Amino acid sequence: MSDAAPKAALCVRNLRKAYKDVVAVAGLELEVRWGECFGLLGPNGAGKTTTIEICEGLTAADSGDVEVLGMRWNTHSAELRQRLGIQLQETQLSEKLTVMETVRLFRSFFRRGPEAAEVIALVQLGEKRKSRVGGLSGGQKQRLALACALVGDPEFLFLDEPTTGLDPQARRQLWDLIDEFKLAGRTILMTTHYMDEAERLCDRVAIMDHGKAIAVGTPRELIASIGVEQLVEFSAGGAAGVLDVAALGRIEGVREVRAENGTVRMQVTELHQAVPALLDELDRQGVPLTELRTHSASLEDVFVILTGRHLRDE
Amino acid sequence: MSSTAWADHPLAQLTLVRFREFWREPEAIFWVFIFPVLLAAGLGLAFRNRPPDVIGIAAVTPELARSLRQEKLLDVEELSAAAAEAALRTGKVALFAAPSPGGAVVYRYDDTNPEGRAARMLADRAVQRAAGRTDPVPSSDRLMREPGSRYIDFLIPGLLGMNLMSSAMWGLGFAIVDARRKKLMKRLIATPMPRHYYLLSFVLARLLLLVVEVGVLLGFGVWVFQVPVRGSLLDLAVLCVVGSLAFSALGLLTASRAQTIEAASGLMNTVMMPMWIVSGVFFSAQRFPGALQPVIRALPLTAVIDALRAHMLQGAGLAQVAPQLGVLGVWLLVSFTLALKLFRWR
Repeated sequence: MSDAAPKAALCVRNLRKAYKDVVAVAGLELEVRWGECFGLLGPNGAGKTTTIEICEGLTAADSGDVEVLGMRWNTHSAELRQRLGIQLQETQLSEKLTVMETVRLFRSFFRRGPEAAEVIALVQLGEKRKSRVGGLSGGQKQRLALACALVGDPEFLFLDEPTTGLDPQARRQLWDLIDEFKLAGRTILMTTHYMDEAERLCDRVAIMDHGKAIAVGTPRELIASIGVEQLVEFSAGGAAGVLDVAALGRIEGVREVRAENGTVRMQVTELHQAVPALLDELDRQGVPLTELRTHSASLEDVFVILTGRHLRDE
Repeated sequence: MSSTAWADHPLAQLTLVRFREFWREPEAIFWVFIFPVLLAAGLGLAFRNRPPDVIGIAAVTPELARSLRQEKLLDVEELSAAAAEAALRTGKVALFAAPSPGGAVVYRYDDTNPEGRAARMLADRAVQRAAGRTDPVPSSDRLMREPGSRYIDFLIPGLLGMNLMSSAMWGLGFAIVDARRKKLMKRLIATPMPRHYYLLSFVLARLLLLVVEVGVLLGFGVWVFQVPVRGSLLDLAVLCVVGSLAFSALGLLTASRAQTIEAASGLMNTVMMPMWIVSGVFFSAQRFPGALQPVIRALPLTAVIDALRAHMLQGAGLAQVAPQLGVLGVWLLVSFTLALKLFRWR
């Protein structure tokens, strides 16, 4: 990519940042390789936004080292600003400007990059280029924000929760756009608390909790690391109280059983053996089954298994 | 849309944004352009110069009434003695004249009432002249009612100063706090935008709008009320620009840290309200006690208004308003320096 060719596009070492009474980042280590899409996945409050804003040079770290494109913020901020594309969480662009006016404004700050109209077409807002920003839908606003991040033809794109608050169709549209940037060879660092988004878009993921990366790898590696392929979930309705959970744990192929609020979650290695055995056992116990679901292990399960909490828990 | 090189300069784009945001906000247009004109029109109408008041008096006999009616400044009513007494007591007339034995005349009036005393002099002069008195020294009047000494002449420079202050302060303050609140400012500093361009764009837009703003109010005053502008237009432009810059800096300082519109509004009003009252917009600042005068004269609004009045009404040049320019210069420098130190970009 670059002549100096630093090994990694982004290198974060022992990063720490505390606000008045909260430690947001607690000794984070990260490395984002050239051309990859790297995801910071974690619940709200895990320190994702603080981390990405330190990497974007918007927040000062308390200690630690951040190297972006082989440069540091305190010595090369002007150069870095030209070469990075940044999308912040919840920026409200001026509602009284049109799409075209907004993109032209951002374009004027960069030395080089595509024409405003070109970027607008890229994010599929061509028909809306004369509309006021105030009249755009949530998904269109988010795509406009993306356009503003792309006007400088950045080598490295930072996306902070790009699809939060969007409806499923708008999310998929945005994912397709991000896919295109990946194909164009750009490096991307994104944060998300949607595991499906991370699995769909990211080459590698760091699962963050309490300001640390508790697991780093490709989504596939992370899922494999928990040694569970399938998960079975069922509800026993009103009979949940009499359920013998320990007996379920003795079924062959079942690794762990958790019961909460009438729902039972089991980690299973051999689905085809475990499900019939489970049905037999429930029948023996006289517990009626009101709902049964199985799914392949996901990043959500990785998070649950590593932390004992769900991603959506605040 | 043209894509000439200058238009793609970040400063040009930022300034254009300021204009667009302003023009697309109908309320802003009302407060900046229309409200001052309405205010000037209303006050000019209320305090317009009327023909000199005639004083109402009463006469008890037809002969007296006839003699008194010779005086144009008196409105004479013929009443019975009792009715005249009642009219005097209720303030309907300022005086009544009644005959007294031996051809003499008695004036009844309240000598603590200036109108009563004036009526006494006018009535007596009319009665004496009717009886054949001639004045030993001939005299005539030359009336002074020229533009420049009316209330509207005093008011227009005051409104101009007030408008310079409020549009600069609200214009800068609101836009900056709003951009900060919406995290738009943070988004902008995440680009390579030079930060001083951002601040400069507000000043540039302000100066360009100033031309329209001052033009509308001044044009209205000159056209409708024949308000004089006796100094040179160039000097007037310099005064307006320096004033607007000082208030812009003050607006920047006021908005340098506020995170919400509410906080900013409170601060703005705290800064501007005292000046609306003491700086002589609607009435002379001289009415405040002497001990306060040095403080009042150090306020930027007083300085602008005093300088504008001296320029427009007395034709003062820049040298004569140097003290006021000095006050504005100090406000500009101090506010701007402090604002840059305190400014919160996110």
